[in-house]
Amino acid sequence: MAEHAETGAHPPAHGDGHGRGHVVAVSTYLLVFVALMVGTGLTVLASYADLGMWNTPVAMAIALTKASLVVFFFMHLKYSPKLSWVAVGAAVFWLVNMIAGIAADYVSRVYLNLGNPGT
Amino acid sequence: MSSLSETAPAAAHHPALRHHFESMEGQKEASTFGMWVFIAQEILFFGGMLLAYTIYRNLYYDSFAAGSHHLDVKLGTINTAVLICSSLTMALAVHAAALGRRGATVLFLLLTIALGSVFLGIKVVEYADKFHHHLVPGPYYDAEVLRGADGKALPPEVALHSQIYFALYFSLTGLHALHMIIGIPIIAVMAWLARRGRFSPEYYTPVEITGLYWHFVDIVWIFLFPLLYLIPHHG
Repeated sequence: MAEHAETGAHPPAHGDGHGRGHVVAVSTYLLVFVALMVGTGLTVLASYADLGMWNTPVAMAIALTKASLVVFFFMHLKYSPKLSWVAVGAAVFWLVNMIAGIAADYVSRVYLNLGNPGT
Repeated sequence: MSSLSETAPAAAHHPALRHHFESMEGQKEASTFGMWVFIAQEILFFGGMLLAYTIYRNLYYDSFAAGSHHLDVKLGTINTAVLICSSLTMALAVHAAALGRRGATVLFLLLTIALGSVFLGIKVVEYADKFHHHLVPGPYYDAEVLRGADGKALPPEVALHSQIYFALYFSLTGLHALHMIIGIPIIAVMAWLARRGRFSPEYYTPVEITGLYWHFVDIVWIFLFPLLYLIPHHG
């Protein structure tokens, strides 16, 4: 049984019907690990380059990619029931709402010349 | 391996199955869903602080860049690598538990604890530097060690607001470190339980869920590292 699980790098995504989770191949973990390390190096290098207004978007794009790799592979979301996807989706939805809503308030205060509430 | 049949709902007889669940699979799904909901809450918890960071960084950009440039990028990069390594060992521990390899599970869990401790140790060195240079917000705060984009001391306004950067630095990294301080004993308990043979390929949910928590802590750092350590002096 252990052999079945070990070689089963690509079993069906929703378990095999007797309480076993999906077992991801070790090579997948190592690939993700290498990608995370490369991403870290890229983040540091990119921060020393003068990309004008693009420094922060580039840093955040790399961070989002790294976070997605961790979520989908290390945290097994790729192989998890859709219910887990709903929890993650809800968190992302409310996070984007919170940031977009409050950022819109701050940006519009500057635009309408109302002064910043933080100053 | 156990003598449980492949086809019958043999898992129903597993000692770890609680009576209010019909199957081991259903029980595991409920547990992992619960953890994901907790993580969703954590995302918004850290998200609120990152929102405060975003607003103040836009209001006082020069102060934030000056504060960020005082941080040690080398130590920050090493710590990021250490944490990613600990995520790998955690993933391998869950993998070993899923295959019923007791020794490997314990070994990888202990490695995760060791790497987590290295991270916290480096964090202590960094915090000590901030205390030494009076960069802890409060009555003894002094921005004289900070330098602007021109290499000169900061103008009074910029120096004053650099305190906001360090307040956010300590709250964000402090909360992150607190999560690790909570996580390490939990991993230690998992290693203890694994050593006592409490897990099997049919039941290793606690290890899996501990892994989810630890990987989430890694994700938080993946965002904190560029946001706190790598703010460029230019726009």
